[in-house]
Amino acid sequence: MSTSPLSITHTPPANRGSVSYGEEQQPRKGFFTDTSLCIGCKACEIACKEWNHVPADGQHFSGESLDNTNALGANTWRHVAFIEQKVPADEMDLVGRAQLSPDVPLEDAVDGMRWLMSSDVCKHCTHAACVDVCPTGALFRTEFDTVVVQQDICNGCGYCVPACPFGVIDRRKEDGRAWKCTLCYDRIGDDQTPACAKACPTQSIQYGDLDELRVRAGERVEALHERGVDQARLYLHDESDGIKGAGAFFLLLDDPEVYGFPPDPVDTAHHLGESWRAAGMAGLTMVGVVAGAVAWGLRR
Amino acid sequence: MAECHPVGFQWVMEAKERGAKVFHVDPRFTRTSAVADEHLGIRVGTDIVFLGALINHVLQNGLEFREYVENYTNAATLVREDFVDADDLGGVFSGWDPESGTYDQQSWGYDGMDVRAPAGSPFKKDAVDDPQEGDDAQTSSGEQSHGAHGADVGDPDELKTDPTLQHPRCVFQVLKRHFARYTPDMVERVCGIGPDQFARIADAITENSGREKTTCFIYSVGWTHHTTGTQYIRAASILQLLLGNMGRPGGGIMALRGHASIQGSTDIPTLYNLLPGYLPMPSAAPPGEDDLAAYIESNEPEGGFWGNARDYTVSLMKAWWGEHATAANDYGFGYLPRITGDHSIYPTIMGMHEGEVEGFFVMGENPTVGSANSKLHRMGMANLKWLVVRDLQMIESATFWKDGPEIETGELRTEEIGTEVFFLPAATHAEKSGTFTNTHRLLQWRHQAVEPPDDCRSELHFTYHLGKRIREKLAASTDERDRPLLELTWDYPTHGPTEDPSGEAVLKEISGYTVADGKAVGGYRELKDDGTTASGCWIYSGSYADEVNQTARRTPNTTGDIASPAPEWGWAWPLNRRVLYNRASADPAGKPWSERKKLIWWDEEQERWTGLDIPDFAGDMRPDYVPEKGAKAEWALRGDDPFVMQADGKGWLYAPSGLLDGPMPNHYEPHESTAQNLVHPGVQASPTRQIEEREDNRSNPEPTEDGHAVYPFQVMTFRIAEHHTAGGMSRFLPHMAELAPDPYAEVSPELAELRGLQHGEWATLVSARTAIEARVMVTDRIRPHVIGGRQVHTIGLPYHWGPNGLAVGDSANDLLPIVMDRNTHISEFKASTCDIVPGRRPRGADLEPFVQAYRDRAGSPGRPITPVEPGRTPEHHGADQRPIPPEELDRPLAGTDPHGPPKDYGTTEHPPLGRGREPDWTPPEESA
Repeated sequence: MSTSPLSITHTPPANRGSVSYGEEQQPRKGFFTDTSLCIGCKACEIACKEWNHVPADGQHFSGESLDNTNALGANTWRHVAFIEQKVPADEMDLVGRAQLSPDVPLEDAVDGMRWLMSSDVCKHCTHAACVDVCPTGALFRTEFDTVVVQQDICNGCGYCVPACPFGVIDRRKEDGRAWKCTLCYDRIGDDQTPACAKACPTQSIQYGDLDELRVRAGERVEALHERGVDQARLYLHDESDGIKGAGAFFLLLDDPEVYGFPPDPVDTAHHLGESWRAAGMAGLTMVGVVAGAVAWGLRR
Repeated sequence: MAECHPVGFQWVMEAKERGAKVFHVDPRFTRTSAVADEHLGIRVGTDIVFLGALINHVLQNGLEFREYVENYTNAATLVREDFVDADDLGGVFSGWDPESGTYDQQSWGYDGMDVRAPAGSPFKKDAVDDPQEGDDAQTSSGEQSHGAHGADVGDPDELKTDPTLQHPRCVFQVLKRHFARYTPDMVERVCGIGPDQFARIADAITENSGREKTTCFIYSVGWTHHTTGTQYIRAASILQLLLGNMGRPGGGIMALRGHASIQGSTDIPTLYNLLPGYLPMPSAAPPGEDDLAAYIESNEPEGGFWGNARDYTVSLMKAWWGEHATAANDYGFGYLPRITGDHSIYPTIMGMHEGEVEGFFVMGENPTVGSANSKLHRMGMANLKWLVVRDLQMIESATFWKDGPEIETGELRTEEIGTEVFFLPAATHAEKSGTFTNTHRLLQWRHQAVEPPDDCRSELHFTYHLGKRIREKLAASTDERDRPLLELTWDYPTHGPTEDPSGEAVLKEISGYTVADGKAVGGYRELKDDGTTASGCWIYSGSYADEVNQTARRTPNTTGDIASPAPEWGWAWPLNRRVLYNRASADPAGKPWSERKKLIWWDEEQERWTGLDIPDFAGDMRPDYVPEKGAKAEWALRGDDPFVMQADGKGWLYAPSGLLDGPMPNHYEPHESTAQNLVHPGVQASPTRQIEEREDNRSNPEPTEDGHAVYPFQVMTFRIAEHHTAGGMSRFLPHMAELAPDPYAEVSPELAELRGLQHGEWATLVSARTAIEARVMVTDRIRPHVIGGRQVHTIGLPYHWGPNGLAVGDSANDLLPIVMDRNTHISEFKASTCDIVPGRRPRGADLEPFVQAYRDRAGSPGRPITPVEPGRTPEHHGADQRPIPPEELDRPLAGTDPHGPPKDYGTTEHPPLGRGREPDWTPPEESA
């Protein structure tokens, strides 16, 4: 076939990564971020920036609880969100008891206060739209099935930025190139734990083989449910969602929206083929119309 | 703890995962509260009421661990007949002298206790040759040794006891009466913690104590930064002793220290009144009484490990002066410095103002940000001849003379400051090797990763080479006073291009060696008082045993038994034992209280103690050992006396000596408070608190005084995870600075409404000292309390900022007065009062008139040092649980009440649930 846009193919998920690495293929690596253990110390943010030489994001007092880095971006690859809410006691059951002990009677849910903390990061999607739309091949899938930008190839076109369903990847103002979490490609290749997971004091960020992390996460949710923390749930942990699961998934204590996560993320490149086909058809139609018009004109 | 000790907090999370219940008692809802089972929003400065009520709950309901209390504490010991509790004297204990503002502690003693000079020093009052000390004479005699070893109680056999704990004067009954007024009702009225919540924590603590379970208390400067801080810790100690939680796995009272190795800096102290290993610094004494024998006489009780104080002292001097320390010269006792009074940090600053202190070293500290009323510190340093600052960054303490706040206001002019300032760059922890000693008494060796850049050097390098140079300059001196310096053992091997001294050689000297062959000793049991051994710090003795750097060991717990304390991970003082007083982990017969909580136990076959930890007494001391008359030190204690550092081997539920402000904790309001003392209406604040009484350290008025309403809000300073103490290690680093760029003040939505404060905008906080500005953080994490029928507001103020570096702003500590716990000379950082108004503070020369206008409105120039009414009313005698008269409780405040009538509290708008990115006060339609 030809290499025209019309013939773009969507790599079947099962074959992603593994096809190109052959014997060098490694077990898929990932993060399990258990927000029920997060204490919001921000050690992950700092460790990430230190190890990866990420510049500071700029000083700005946001007033958004204790969060002053505010979002993932080119210069913040781990970001701790602080969800601070005053919750009337009679609504506690609606919003989840969060980390409150089930021993505390509902009517005594003191202060009606909850403060959820969660360390966000690139999801290293199974269906990663950023890779699909990257025209230079700067974004690629590693032998660990993680998604990494090659800075020496990125030309700063920025296609990846709107492609990400989570708003993770971003261009750095100073150099225009796209930057994001590499899952510490340089560390894991050396059998080292990524900087954020290494620095996390409470094991809220766990790193390892994705298969194993998923099992561990499942057990953790069960244990929390047994302790009465009914609201505990996993996010992006299996392949049933719109990105066919993520390399970095989460245990949350409330709906994903509460943490600023899209509840139903979709691989934005999923319909790319159709889009291109539609565009092609439109183009052809246009050519037809023009040709018709010309023909009509000629005939006249 | 999650805020300031996130790494240590992993163990709390781990315990929680294993089923532990975590309660967080804090005026603010913090990161710790967020993951705790329950948060108790206590009002600032009322912890003794809270802890006292827990003690009362235990005592009234017979929930104490009876066998433990009977055998291991001083519960049975009788107190002197002339002791009168504060309840019966309107809020002060017997012995109160309103003239001097101090206590005569004699009446607090045990019945039959041989009263000697206060333990600590041979210093006598008449030796003070300083008229300025005046009423501080008492201060100089016993007080300055505080923090050193436990006090002497005389001959234990002479003490009267009642093992049935029924005698009205036995400690147990005295305690029971004393704490009877600390009721759940009192907790609600004073602390603002409701009875249901109090009942839950009381039940949790008592249900999780006893044979099978233990409860642990963890505290930090939230307890110590008060004028009654020492008594907070005492209250927790009493509770833990009653519940049998001391000396047992999972028990104890954990003091979290403020930064790396600050435990180490009290063990081998940077404190003026201590020698290494908590030996007291000798005080000036008249000739004839100023010798080693007199020093040992007052510091070596018969019983317990202090009974070997002479071994430790002589070995210390041997380490310092080597061959020059001989029996003939008292091993150099005359070379040790002498103290003549309170030389703690704040009096030292005052000494700068008065020209008494000419030079000052600042190493690893940033006092112009970190000290209370730090303006006084800056003004003092501007009056020095020389100042040396060693730090990683160009901190405020090094630049106050050119760009400090007083330069801006015009109070200081650079060209008029005579202080010669030397700044010396310091090496970071990765650029030098050495040990850290942290909260758990664990010495952990850290290896050098890289050479320090440029002129940066380690502290060891600086101190050693400075010493060498001084000695070179003095080499020809024949002056007697230079001998201590010239005869010092000051010759350590050096390495590398910068000639950095060997930290291991220093560690070995600290650990100790036999003088004859230089071989490392195994521990302090081998130290001698005849000059044959040397050891720089007796409690660290053994850290270099077998010529091995024991602190560099890195063997984790590989036994598979989670109860194992991993004895080969680093090295813990003393003698690598991981739980102090671990004799208490077994019953009097030497059997563990329970299988679940076993730690050490007596093995009858081997006739030895065995188990998971190292016993902190002789391993072959039988559980039923009874000392014979004349036995010394540890052998003067019984086989079932666990508290081996106490002269009587008992845990002290009641302190017959050693404290300056009372034998038992008693609630007083902070020096500056928004509420009246409802427990002792006649005594508002701690009568013994130590105030720097100066025009530039004026106090805000008390709640009963006119003018109180000028500074109507409580303010508490605190730390956040984003910054490190006074900012030298965080505000200068872009990655840290951006996490918390501006100083801010946490206020409740109610207070914000009351004062018209806008979230995210600037506000000015003003006290009688000065005014500072901070961003407004309106949050439900800080709540008002209703006390005495009126709403009481607290402002939370993190203190990390200063004018230098990347994250800059006013220092919170500028706002505070210097007022101290007399036991420790620690200032009350955690509670003061202020006003808060919207907008930025006046700049430059406009600042002082703004502050002065407040002072004028507040009226009186300050309070007398001892605002108490001792012996208030005789009719109060004998009543244990005297209710506070309603008219006292609800007495309206003098002056104008800015609050208006009390509000219905706890009904602020609940924002819609969402990302949390939108501030909580955003109207629903905006964030939807």
